[in-house]
Amino acid sequence: MKPFSLTQPKDADAAIQAHAKLPDAQFIGGGTNLLDLMKYGVMEPKSLVDLQDLSFQEIGEGSDGGLRLGAGVTNAETAEHPKVKKDYPLLSQAILSGASPQLRNMATNGGNLLQRTRCYYFYDCATACNKRRPGSGCAALKGFNRIHAILGASDHCIATHPSDMCVALVALDAVVKVRGPEGEREIAVEEFHRLPGENPEKDTVLKESELILSIELPSSNFSKHSHYLKVRDRESYAFALVSVAAALQLSGGRIVDSRVALGGVAHKPWRARASEDFLKNKECDRDLFLEAGKLVVKDARGYGDNDFKLELAPRAVAEALLQAWKGQES
Amino acid sequence: MKTKEKQGVGQAHIRVDGKKKVMGQARYAGEFTLDGMLYAYVVSSAVARGKVSGIKTAAAERIEGVKGVMTHANRPSILSENDDDWRDQIAPLGRPFRPLWNNVIEFSHQPLAVVVADTFEAARCAASLVEIEYERGVHTTDMVAARKDSYHPPSGKIAYNPPPETEGDPEAVFATAERKIDVTYHTPDHHHNPMEPHATLAHWNGDKLKVWTKTQGVMNTHGFLAGAFGLDEEQVEVVCPFVGGAFGCGLRPQYQLVLAALASKAFNAPVRLTLTREQMFSFGHRPYTIQRLRLAADESGRLNVFMHDADGETSKFEHFTETVVNWGASLYPAEHRKCTYNLVPLDLYTPLDMRAPGGATGVHALECAMDELSYEVGVDPLQLRLINYTETDPASGLPFSSKELKACYQRAADSFGWSRRKPEPRSMTRDGKRLGMGMATGIWEVMYMGATVKAEWKPDGTAVISTASADIGTGTYTILAQIAAEELDISTDQVEVRLGDSSLPQAPIEGGSMTAASVGSAVKKASSQLRKELDEESSRRKSGHSVTVQNQPGEEEETHAKYAHSASFAEVEIHPVTGSIRVSKLVIAVAAGKILNPKTARSQILGCATWGIGMALQEESVLDQAYGRFMNHNLAEYHVPVNADVPDTEVIFVPEEDKEVNLLGVKGLGEVGMVGLSAAIVNAVYHATGKRVRHLPIKLDSLL
Repeated sequence: MKPFSLTQPKDADAAIQAHAKLPDAQFIGGGTNLLDLMKYGVMEPKSLVDLQDLSFQEIGEGSDGGLRLGAGVTNAETAEHPKVKKDYPLLSQAILSGASPQLRNMATNGGNLLQRTRCYYFYDCATACNKRRPGSGCAALKGFNRIHAILGASDHCIATHPSDMCVALVALDAVVKVRGPEGEREIAVEEFHRLPGENPEKDTVLKESELILSIELPSSNFSKHSHYLKVRDRESYAFALVSVAAALQLSGGRIVDSRVALGGVAHKPWRARASEDFLKNKECDRDLFLEAGKLVVKDARGYGDNDFKLELAPRAVAEALLQAWKGQES
Repeated sequence: MKTKEKQGVGQAHIRVDGKKKVMGQARYAGEFTLDGMLYAYVVSSAVARGKVSGIKTAAAERIEGVKGVMTHANRPSILSENDDDWRDQIAPLGRPFRPLWNNVIEFSHQPLAVVVADTFEAARCAASLVEIEYERGVHTTDMVAARKDSYHPPSGKIAYNPPPETEGDPEAVFATAERKIDVTYHTPDHHHNPMEPHATLAHWNGDKLKVWTKTQGVMNTHGFLAGAFGLDEEQVEVVCPFVGGAFGCGLRPQYQLVLAALASKAFNAPVRLTLTREQMFSFGHRPYTIQRLRLAADESGRLNVFMHDADGETSKFEHFTETVVNWGASLYPAEHRKCTYNLVPLDLYTPLDMRAPGGATGVHALECAMDELSYEVGVDPLQLRLINYTETDPASGLPFSSKELKACYQRAADSFGWSRRKPEPRSMTRDGKRLGMGMATGIWEVMYMGATVKAEWKPDGTAVISTASADIGTGTYTILAQIAAEELDISTDQVEVRLGDSSLPQAPIEGGSMTAASVGSAVKKASSQLRKELDEESSRRKSGHSVTVQNQPGEEEETHAKYAHSASFAEVEIHPVTGSIRVSKLVIAVAAGKILNPKTARSQILGCATWGIGMALQEESVLDQAYGRFMNHNLAEYHVPVNADVPDTEVIFVPEEDKEVNLLGVKGLGEVGMVGLSAAIVNAVYHATGKRVRHLPIKLDSLL
C-alpha cells in the first residue's frame, strides 16, 4: 500500500471538486474492496475522497412510486429496509446472499456498483492482467478460469463482475443517478457496467469525477414472484459461479412479463432479454423454464475450466424461474 | 474433595486459557513488542525457477522510515554453510531451504528481499517498490506431467513408515480375479491456513538471540536456530506461549524466523516480521497425491488382493515422505498384498505434514476404493468392513493394544440410522434433493515420545507445571492442569501450566497427536512424584518443593500394534438441477483410549469433521502451471467450510481401555477424526448421484 491523502468533503459538489482537482483520486465508501486492492498493490490511488460525511445516506421515495436508495446507505441497511423487503424482495435476497454480515455492514450501495472482479490474476501483481495493467495480456485465458465469463468476453479479458446486488438491480430496471463536473445524469444499471472489449481496465461508463448519488428503483410489479438463486462453492462468503435474478408478473399461470438477469457469467450483470421475450404470454411450466434457460447460452463459450457454466447457467435460470413461480407471496 | 471430582481427568473442563484468549490477553508471536523494534516485510519471487539478476532498491530506500533492504547480496554472513545445521527435527532428507542464501530461485513466492523500516506501513510500501530482475528458468509444477520422473524415496523423516513388505503374488492373482476394482484417485495440494500467520520478533543481545515466534515446538526451533546461526544452545531462547492454529505448518521453522533474526543482526535492533496471507502459501503444504488402488475379493467380500500404489509430491531439494499406503495393511487382512510409494519432484517448496499427514489422503483413497468394492461385490459398505475386520494387525502380526473399532461402527451406524439406507445409488430423495449416505473407517498410529516436566509446589498451596511443549489450540494447557490437579489433589485453578519456552524442561514437538500421551504422561509422573515427596516430608508444603522428572517410553521390542480408530457416517443432499452439495448429517465415533477431557476432545473431533468437509468438497490450492504459482492465495478464494456448511455433528467416544500405549492410556485425537471423513462424504455423493468422483475436491461441476 502506498501513502495517500485523505479528504473528507461535506457535500457532493465538494467531493466532485476534490476528486477532479486531486491527483489519482478515488472515492471511498465502505472501503471493503478498495482497501484490499490497495494493500495488494492492484490499485494505488494518491488521493482518497471519503464520502461518509455526505448526505446521501437515506432510503426514500423515488419518483412515480419507486424507491430511492442513497449511494451511501450500507448494503445491510438496504437489504433489511421494510420497503425493500416488501416491494423488492429480489433485491433484499440478492444483497443478503453476498459477502458476510460484517462486510455488508460496511459496504455501501454506491461501492457495490463499483466493486471489481475477483479474477485471481487481477489480484496477483506477478501475473499478466489487462484490467490491472493494460497491454500486459490476460493470463486467465489459458490459465485457471473456472470462475470466468462465458458471455460477452474478449481476447483481452474474461473476468466477471462479482456483485449480487447489481444482478437484481439490472432485473429491476434500476437507474443510477450520478453527478459530475458537467452536471447530473441518469444511467440504467444495465448500461452502467461495460463489456471488456479492448479496454477491460474500464469497468463502467462513469466519466472522470462522476459521483454516484443514488440508485432509483422504479415501481415494481414483480414483488410477488421473484427469486434470487446463487450457485456457489460454499453456503456463505463465496462469489457466485452463476447467479440468477428471476421475476415473474403473472395472470393466473400466464406470464404477463418477466425479468431474467445473471451474475457470474459476464463482465457485467447479464440481462437475458431473449429469455424474457420467449416467456411472454406463455403458461408457467418447468420445461418452458428450461427452454428459456437454454436461450441464455446461445452465444456463450467456455474457456476450459469454466465450461461447466454452459450447462449450469441454463439450469440455474430454469430453477430460479421455478422458485419465482412457486415462491411464497411476500 | 468436590473440586477434584469435577475437574480431574475424564471430566469436561472449560479451557483454562479460554478467558485470556477471549479477553485478548493471550499474546501471539506477532503481538510482542520491544523498545526500538523495527518492522520487516518480505519481497517474494514472481517466478518459480530462475535466478535473480538484479535487485533495484533505490526507490524503496527513499521511503521515509526505511532503514534498508536486505538481500542475498548484503545479508550478514553469519549463517552456517553446512546443510546438517539447517536440518530441524522434522526435516526430510535432502538440502534444507536457506532464505537469501544466493540468487537461485527454486519456487514461486520464494523470499528474495526483506525491507526493514520503523513502521509496518513504510516497510510494506517500500517492499512494493523493490524491483527484482529475473533470469527466468524452466519450471515443472504439473504433478501429472512430472510423474515420469517419480523415484523411490531414499529414506524417510520422523514418523514416516516405509510401505509394508509385499506378500503373496498380488499382480498375478489380481490379473485373474473375478471381483475386483482398479481405480485411481487424485488429492490436491492444500495449505494449512491457520488464522494466525507466521510471525517472529527477533532480538540479539550481544551474541545471544531471543525470538518470539510461531512454532509447534520451541525446542525444535531452538535447535534449528543454534544450528543455522552457529550458536551454542545457551545463546538461544525461543518463546511461543500461544499458537493461533498451525495444523502442521508450525512443525518446521519457516523462513520468516531466519529472516527476522538476520534483519535484527543487520540493523542492530529488535525486528518483527509477519508474513502476509499470500505468503502463507509460499512454504510447506499438503502434497498432491495420485493413488491407484487395486482390490480383489471373494464372493463373500473377503479381500484376497490388496494393492495400493501412490505418488506423492516433493520439492527438488528435499525428499518429503509421509505414510500414505500403509493404512490398509493395518485395517484389512489380504493374502496377496503390495504397496508402493514414490515421490514426484516439482518446482514448489517442500511439502509439510498437515493434519493427519498421509492418513487423510491415503485412507481417503483406500476407503473410497472399499466403497467401490462393496458395489462390485454386492455387499453393504459397512458389512464389507466387518467381513474384513481383524483383531491382529496384518502388517506386523501383533495383536492390537486395544481396538474398539467394531463398537465405533455399531454405535455410529445406530445413531446415524444406517439401516434406513437403500443400497442402490440414486434411490433416495428428500424435499426434491437427492439423498446419499456413505461411511468410512479412520485409523491413526499412536505415537509416544519422552518428555521432561518440572512440578513445583508453592508455599501458598498452588502448583506450577513447566515443560517446553506447546498448546496449538488443542487444549494442552487444560488437560495438563487436570492431570496435575488430580495427582496433587487440588483444583485446576490452583495449577499454573507454563509452556512454550525453550528455557523450560525439554518436551517434544506438538504433532502426530502425541502431546496428550507424551507430555501428559510426564506430567502425571512428575506430579505423582511431587505428591509423594510432599507426603514424605510435610514441611515441604510450607516451604515449597519441586521435582523435575523425565518420562521415557521403554526401549523394549513392541508387543502390540497401537492405533486409534474411528468410523464416520455422512449424509449428503444434492440439488438435482444445480448439483449443489450439502452435508446434512455427520456422525463420528472414535476409539482413542482414555478421554481426558470430553469437552476439548469433542472440539478436536468437530474440528476434524470440519476439515473433512473442506477436504471432500472445498479445499484446493490451485496452481497456474504457466506461472508455477498457487493462485487462490487468500481466504476469499481458498475455501474452507463456513458455519453454514457444517451440519449438526454427533461425536461419540467409544470407551476403550488401553494399558499398553502409555501411562495415561490415551491415544491422541487431533487427527484420527479427520481420517476417512472425506471418504464418507464422497461415498455418500456416489450413493446420492451414482457418480464416482475420484478427484478431490468434489465440486458441483462434476455432478451436472
